[in-house]
Amino acid sequence: MAFEPKIVAFLCNWCSYAGADLAGVSRIQYPPNIRPIRIMCTGRMDPVYILKAFAEGADGVLVAGCHPGDCHYVTGNYKAERRVKVMMEILEDLGIERERLMLRWISASEGERFAQTVKEFVERIKKLGPNPLKIKKNE
Amino acid sequence: MSNKEEPRIGVYVCHCGVNIAGVVDVKEVAEYAKKLKNVVLAKDYKYMCSEPGQNLIKEDIKEHNLNRIVVAACSPRMHEPTFRAAAEEAGLNPFLVEMANIREHDSWVHMSDPKAATEKAKELVRMTVARARLLEPQEKPKVKVKKSALVVGGGVAGIQAALDLADMGFKVYLVEKEPTIGGVMARLDKTFPTMDCAACILTPKMVDVARHKNIELITYAEVKEVDGYIGNFRVKIEKKPRYVREDKCTGCGLCSEACPIEVPNEFDLGLGVRKAIYVPFPQAVPLVYTIDRDHCVGCGMCAAVCGPEAIDYDQEPEIIEIEVGTIIVATGFKIFDARKVEEYGYGRHANVINALEFERLINASGPTGGKLLRPSDGREPKRIAFIQCVGSRDEKFNKYCSRVCCMYAIKNARLYKEKHPEAEVYIFYMDIRAFGKGYEEFYKRAQDEYGIKFIRGKPAEIKEDPETKNLIVRVENTFLGKTIELEFDLVVLSVGLEPSEDSDKIAKLFKLSRSADGFFLEAHPKLKPVDTHTEGVFLAGCCQGPKDIPDSVAQGSAAAARAAIPMSKGEVEVEPIVAYVNEELCIGCRLCERTCDFGAVTIENRKAKVNPALCKGCGACAGACPTGAMQVRHFKDEQIFAMIEALFNEKKELKEEYVKAEEKR
Ligand SMILES: Cc1cc2nc3c(=O)[nH]c(=O)nc-3n(C[C@H](O)[C@H](O)[C@H](O)COP(=O)(O)OP(=O)(O)OC[C@H]3O[C@@H](n4cnc5c(N)ncnc54)[C@H](O)[C@@H]3O)c2cc1C
Ligand code: FES
Repeated sequence: MAFEPKIVAFLCNWCSYAGADLAGVSRIQYPPNIRPIRIMCTGRMDPVYILKAFAEGADGVLVAGCHPGDCHYVTGNYKAERRVKVMMEILEDLGIERERLMLRWISASEGERFAQTVKEFVERIKKLGPNPLKIKKNE
Repeated sequence: MSNKEEPRIGVYVCHCGVNIAGVVDVKEVAEYAKKLKNVVLAKDYKYMCSEPGQNLIKEDIKEHNLNRIVVAACSPRMHEPTFRAAAEEAGLNPFLVEMANIREHDSWVHMSDPKAATEKAKELVRMTVARARLLEPQEKPKVKVKKSALVVGGGVAGIQAALDLADMGFKVYLVEKEPTIGGVMARLDKTFPTMDCAACILTPKMVDVARHKNIELITYAEVKEVDGYIGNFRVKIEKKPRYVREDKCTGCGLCSEACPIEVPNEFDLGLGVRKAIYVPFPQAVPLVYTIDRDHCVGCGMCAAVCGPEAIDYDQEPEIIEIEVGTIIVATGFKIFDARKVEEYGYGRHANVINALEFERLINASGPTGGKLLRPSDGREPKRIAFIQCVGSRDEKFNKYCSRVCCMYAIKNARLYKEKHPEAEVYIFYMDIRAFGKGYEEFYKRAQDEYGIKFIRGKPAEIKEDPETKNLIVRVENTFLGKTIELEFDLVVLSVGLEPSEDSDKIAKLFKLSRSADGFFLEAHPKLKPVDTHTEGVFLAGCCQGPKDIPDSVAQGSAAAARAAIPMSKGEVEVEPIVAYVNEELCIGCRLCERTCDFGAVTIENRKAKVNPALCKGCGACAGACPTGAMQVRHFKDEQIFAMIEALFNEKKELKEEYVKAEEKR
């Protein structure tokens, strides 16, 4: 069977979750590989969430929030950006390619951008193949 | 209900007519849900949000003693409040309800892959059930709502909102950045479709605003800071110095007569002149003069003639602080800058003007006393062309329709024909959109009775005859399929409506989202057209999107009515989603304190402490906490971990009997 990645997406309530809703309302089609988890703000995202997702077997993790300057809580997205950068290093240390973690700014009006992001990310993960931790576990 | 009680979960899968059931196998999803641990029952139903759907949940809560509800349906941003209310009516704490979004995030975006969509729905339900098990009841704190409102922007929409609220007995602060209220409507001549004169219907309202005992009008001022939340917003307003004391100026105008300096008047888009001490137009409200210090030479002539001694060259900007319960944003629009369409030569060809300039030129109180004169030679034009959709419905500029340009162009064409029946008036258009009440009839009469020529086609270019300054319009007539060139004395560009310059600033101040076109985004396009996602903040008029005066006024009244709800109740429930500390785990590292943008976290006795009144619930502190001591209610780490685990460990989620069945398979 072809590899169908499973991707966890942490979406902020105010922008990106709403952007994903708009993609739906506009009936913009995208691959069915993501499983969204709504958080109030990307600033809520504890770096441990990312580790947890990969440890459990996620093939990719998408973090999406408001554009710089637009965060509902002023600077949550900048905090997320810093944490994601640090996490990329840590993931590399664990043998997980940094490309498996993606951070995107998607506003409530960018349904198209949400769909495009998912398409692009799913393509990317398909090329990378399954989460290496998962392969190890199964060996 | 104590949270140690064994979870008894009811799962409800909505068909949403065919919106979900047309793609996702809802029966299969419900059957699957029954296999999940703690799920007592799972049902599917055509419309869960309908009354019978809600009753189904309510009855089950009572009959089966359910203490958690999962609704797999649309986005929680749509119907979470509906299902929470239903649960509450059945005696269940509303925070024990959770939604799985299988419409916007599933059936609508995977329409050609029902199998994958059904699998995804099952997984989303599994994740949601796992989260639901760990949900805790929350009490919504009640806060008092101040019985006062802030209205930002004094165009017709803001004026209407302010008057309605004031008439209901609420205190209103109306903040306008210009020296006068009135907005764009104050500049118009007549208004479609009834041809009332704009001033005749607007100025009485402006005067009502000035006179109303419940309205405090703050003009020449801008909002600088907004703090707090619904019920208790604290707002800082900066009032620019007019160098004329509002409490003393009687508006007599002697100062302006005495002033030797003349500059172009912005109110007339620079077509007329004003003095350095001025009112934008004679019916300005408040009727208080303003000194334009960029042009004032400080000669003192105005002060010399001012009887009440109102001139004060030393005036400083003034900061006004107010507290309000609700806010209405009505900051309007700006017109499209036609210079961007280079082919039309606006700004280069003297006799190409925009529609608002036309409004000023035919306005009896405008710079020419209502005589339309060509800018190049002051002659009355005999042949006029109106060009539609300048900057609108155009991939290069704005994709949207500006909604008023067809009608205002027809209006202006008719007005000119009324005064000059011999003139030839053309309108070049793509489609005529005459959608409002009485609009189609208005358009028909323009064709049949006024002899205005409508030519379907968007001009490619406007050239200027260097000698006569006449204009040659080249256009493909799409009905005839051939290109023609026509000569005119004057061309009027029907410029579209765009978000106002201040949109960015205003969006940040009031935490508003913007739609793809740049206008402010309403909470729901149909059901909450004047609400925003920031509780207690409402929208009215063209700041939400292009619209005509009737719609702007309707929205003004609508926003006032919506804002009045919490204010007349006197209290609202606010979200209990705030951070809290598990002191046993807290090591006093202060990361949370440093992370918080709202000053809500302090350290006392080496333990973090959250002030719930200041906490906005973003969770940045919890995201930063190295020990997991800092948590956010309803978004606890364990609640999020449970979703991740459930996604990847199906077995752990299934009831014993099904695990065995699964293994056998
Ligand atoms: C050429 C033309 C002709 C038209 N003709 C007609 C017609 O015949 N009939 C009809 O129904 N409609 C017509 N319209 C549409 C009409 O002008 C609008 O519907 C109406 O003006 C919208 O009112 P508003 O209050 O939303 O916005 P505006 O009129 O734009 O008022 C907004 C107000 O907010 C103020 N403001 C902006 N930013 C701030 C800030 N940061 N702080 C404080 N104050 C701020 C502005 O100074 C302004 O006073 C026409 C429009 C144009 C361009
Ligand atoms: S609310 Fe969207 S990133 Fe903060």
